[in-house]
Amino acid sequence: MLKILSALVAGVVFGVGLALSQMVNPNKVINFLDITGQWDPSLMFVLGGAVLTTTVAYRFIFSKDKPVFDNDFQLPTLLKIDRQLLIGAVLFGAGWGVIGYCPGPVVASLGFGFEESLIVVISMLAGMLLCRAIIRR
Amino acid sequence: MENFTPYLSLAGGALIGISASILMYLNGRIAGISGIVAGVFSASSITEKAWRLAFVIGLIIGGAIYMHFFPITIAPREFMSTELLIVGGLVIGFGTAMGSGCTSGHGICGVSRFSLRSLVATATFLLSGIVTVYVFKQIIGS
Repeated sequence: MLKILSALVAGVVFGVGLALSQMVNPNKVINFLDITGQWDPSLMFVLGGAVLTTTVAYRFIFSKDKPVFDNDFQLPTLLKIDRQLLIGAVLFGAGWGVIGYCPGPVVASLGFGFEESLIVVISMLAGMLLCRAIIRR
Repeated sequence: MENFTPYLSLAGGALIGISASILMYLNGRIAGISGIVAGVFSASSITEKAWRLAFVIGLIIGGAIYMHFFPITIAPREFMSTELLIVGGLVIGFGTAMGSGCTSGHGICGVSRFSLRSLVATATFLLSGIVTVYVFKQIIGS
């Protein structure tokens, strides 16, 4: 129960952060990627602020033996840089560039009641399922 | 440079970092949204599904709370059609599942752990996004 509650709290904070940073605005995302046009570097500050905070906090957290509500830290074990990682990242970047949404912001913007978000979230889920059906790790 | 908002962005980024830290400190999990969303349906047990669902619900509540106090208006885009949104969503879902992560899992949590895989993935999707926007602008002629 505590695990669920802490995840809920983390989710709310994440959602407010995404909205505050304007990552939820696809026009702003596209302007960030548009380095030869009307470049808006704001999202670099979002990533920078998030990475800085997380890097410092992770140092403290990983000095502990285990998380508060679980027996161990679950970190990715895969280390190899393979074709799947690269092709996946290229595809994600392409979709991101065309519609201006990435998974976090588009889910958070469901709370805004925009029709666009709902269309993207449903098709994103379909894309995830499709990938699972085709590729088995 | 248009509508540059460094302070708001930095503050929002810090909140995202705090969230990722809460999830790791309390639950020992990476705050990677694409993985969490997919895991709501595919995780191994009810408990694993439940915390992911709680996170997703929290994400939506967080967005709604902000919107309640500070409404966000998004300028409509003439070139955007439902078909394009569907294709875009499909590609994003497929790509993040194939590449095991998105902006949050690779770009924030992975980079913060100095994971080489995540650094490479982040550089790749950023570059791909930049090239795509460039090419797409030529196509739609704006």
